[in-house]
Amino acid sequence: MPEAPTFAQPDANALLLPFAGSRREISEYEANGGYDSLRKSLDMTSEQLVDEMIASNLRGRGGAGFPAGKKASFLAQGLERYLVINGDESEPGTFKDREIILRNPHMLIEGIIIYLWMIRGAGAYIYIRGEYAKEAAILEGAITQAREKGYIGSPLPGTDYVANVYVHRGAGAYICGEETALLSSLNGERGQPTAKPPFPAVSGAFKKPTLLNNVETVATVPVIIGMGGAAYAGVGTEQSTGTKMFSLSGHVNNPGNYEMPLSATYRDLIEGKGGGLPAGRTLKAFVPGGSSMPILMPNQLDTGLAFEAVVAAGSMAGSGAVIVVDDRTCMVRFALRTAEFYMHESCGKCTPCREGTRWITELLRKQEAGLGTVEEIDLLLEICNRVEGNCLCVLGDACAMPVRSHINNFRHEFEEHCRLGRCSCPDDAPMSELYPPLLRAPLPMVHA
Amino acid sequence: MSDTLYDEIQREIAKYPDRRSAILPALRHAQEHYGWLSPEALEAVADGLDLSPARCLAVASFYDMFFLQPVGEHVVEVCTNLSCAMIGADKVLREFERELDVKAPGTSADGRFTLRCVECLGGCGWGPVVSVDEEYEEHFKIEDVAPLLERLRSTSRPSESHA
Repeated sequence: MPEAPTFAQPDANALLLPFAGSRREISEYEANGGYDSLRKSLDMTSEQLVDEMIASNLRGRGGAGFPAGKKASFLAQGLERYLVINGDESEPGTFKDREIILRNPHMLIEGIIIYLWMIRGAGAYIYIRGEYAKEAAILEGAITQAREKGYIGSPLPGTDYVANVYVHRGAGAYICGEETALLSSLNGERGQPTAKPPFPAVSGAFKKPTLLNNVETVATVPVIIGMGGAAYAGVGTEQSTGTKMFSLSGHVNNPGNYEMPLSATYRDLIEGKGGGLPAGRTLKAFVPGGSSMPILMPNQLDTGLAFEAVVAAGSMAGSGAVIVVDDRTCMVRFALRTAEFYMHESCGKCTPCREGTRWITELLRKQEAGLGTVEEIDLLLEICNRVEGNCLCVLGDACAMPVRSHINNFRHEFEEHCRLGRCSCPDDAPMSELYPPLLRAPLPMVHA
Repeated sequence: MSDTLYDEIQREIAKYPDRRSAILPALRHAQEHYGWLSPEALEAVADGLDLSPARCLAVASFYDMFFLQPVGEHVVEVCTNLSCAMIGADKVLREFERELDVKAPGTSADGRFTLRCVECLGGCGWGPVVSVDEEYEEHFKIEDVAPLLERLRSTSRPSESHA
C-alpha cells in the first residue's frame, strides 16, 4: 500500500521545525518551550511587538516576500480588525505549510495568538485549502487544546483580551491564495480578486481592516519573539533573514520539505539535501519558487535561496517550491502542463488572463502535438507579453512568465517539434501518458 | 430539509460576523448530506443561510470540490500537476481508467467510482498523490491501484466529514 509522507531530518540551523517527527499535542509543544513566546509578548505593547517584527526583517513566506513588520504597521486603526491566515497553499510544487501544520500545528496557533494580541484583533480565520481535510482537523484539534489551556476563548493571563481563532476551509480554487480573492471567498462571494485600493489593511474580511499573512510567516512569529528580532535578522542574508521552508520535488533522490537558512544556495538544497538527481540523469532545469516562476538553468545552481539572489538570476523565490527537471523531460510538455493549470485556475474576471491563458494553452497543445509553426512560437511570446501586468492579480503573469522562460531557454525543442511534426522524446519520457502518442501522430505541418 | 443540516448551517453561521461567510461550510455540509449539490441541496443551503438559491449556485460553481452533478459512492482524484506527472501520475491515472473501465473525468458503469484528475494537491514531494474521498494516499504506484479499489469496493463513501 502507499506509504505515509516522509518528513526530512531537520537542518542544524532549523528554527521552525528543529526536531524529527511531529509535536501535535500541546503537552509536547509546551514541554519544548511552546507558548513561552506568547507569555513574553503579553508583557510587550503592540508597538514593541511590531518593532520586533520590523527588527527581524522577516519577509512574507507566501510568495511576494513583503516585509511582515511593515505590513502589520499598515493596518488601519479601528475597533474591529481581523487577522486572516493564508493556508490556501496551491502553487504547484508547494507543500510546506502542510508540513508545518502536520508536524507543529501549535506553533502556528501560538503565532496567531501573538499576532492577534499585537493588533487586538476581533478574531482570526485560518483559510485552509479545502483539500487539506486532515490538516484542518489537526488545526481544529490544536485550537481545542489551546482553548482548554486558556490561550483561546478566555482572557489571556494578566489582560482582558480574548483571542478567537477559527478554521475556514476553502473548496478547491487556486486563485483563493491571492489575497483579495481569498477575502472575497471568505466573505461568501465567488473567489475572484478585487481592485486595490481598497487594500485589505483598510477593507478585508467582513469589510473590516484585515492583516493577511501566510501560514509559515505566522508560524515564524514565536521564533522571532523568542529569540528577539535582531538575533533572527542575524540568520540568512541582510535582505532575506532567517530560515525558510523549501519544498523539493520532481526528479530528485530525496524529495521533501527542507528548512534552510536563506544564506544557502539551490545547490545546497538540490544536491546537498535532495541528494541530487537519480543515477544516470542530468539536470535540465529547475523551477526556483513554484510553477509560476521562470525556470533557472543548471549553470545557475549556485544561485542563493535569498529573495534578492533569485531576482538577480532572473526569476523569483516565490513560495519556495523547487521542482527539479531531468534531461529526459520534454520542455514543450512541461510548458503545456504549466499553462493548462493556469488556464484551469483563471477566475475569468480580467480579459487578458481569461483569454490569454486559453490561447497560450491552445498554441502549446499544437506545439506539443507537432502541429505548430515557428511563427506560433513568436506568437506565444507575444501573447505572454500582452497578458503580463494587465490584470487585477498576477495569475496571468503566473502563466506568462514561466512559459516565456521555457521558450527562451529551450526554443530549439519547440522548433524541433515544429520540424518533426511530433515530439522527439522517447515513449517512456515523463508525462507521456498525459499526452498520448495518438495526438502526436505525424501530421502535415500547418503554417500561419 | 433535514433538521440536522439546518442546525449544522446555523452552527457555522455563529463563527462569523456575517452569515454570508458561512456559505462554503454550508455547501460542504449539504454535499455531505445529499451526495452532490442537487437543486434540492442548494435550496436547503439557501434556506439555512437566508440567501437566494441562485447565489448559492453561483458560489458553488466557482469551486472544484463542489459537485453539481451526481458522483459515484467513492471519488478518486489523481493529481496530474507537474511534480506528480513527472514521476508517474499519468501512468497511475491510466491504470485507474483501465481498472474502472472509465475515462477521466467520469463515473464507472456500476456508479460506484467517480474518477477525475485534479490540479496540485500539495503533496508534491510525496507524490504521486491520489485523493480518495478527501483522504490522501501518497507515494502512489501503479501496483497500488487494484488493492485500493478492492478495499473501496467493500466500503461505501463516508457520509460525514473527516474532521
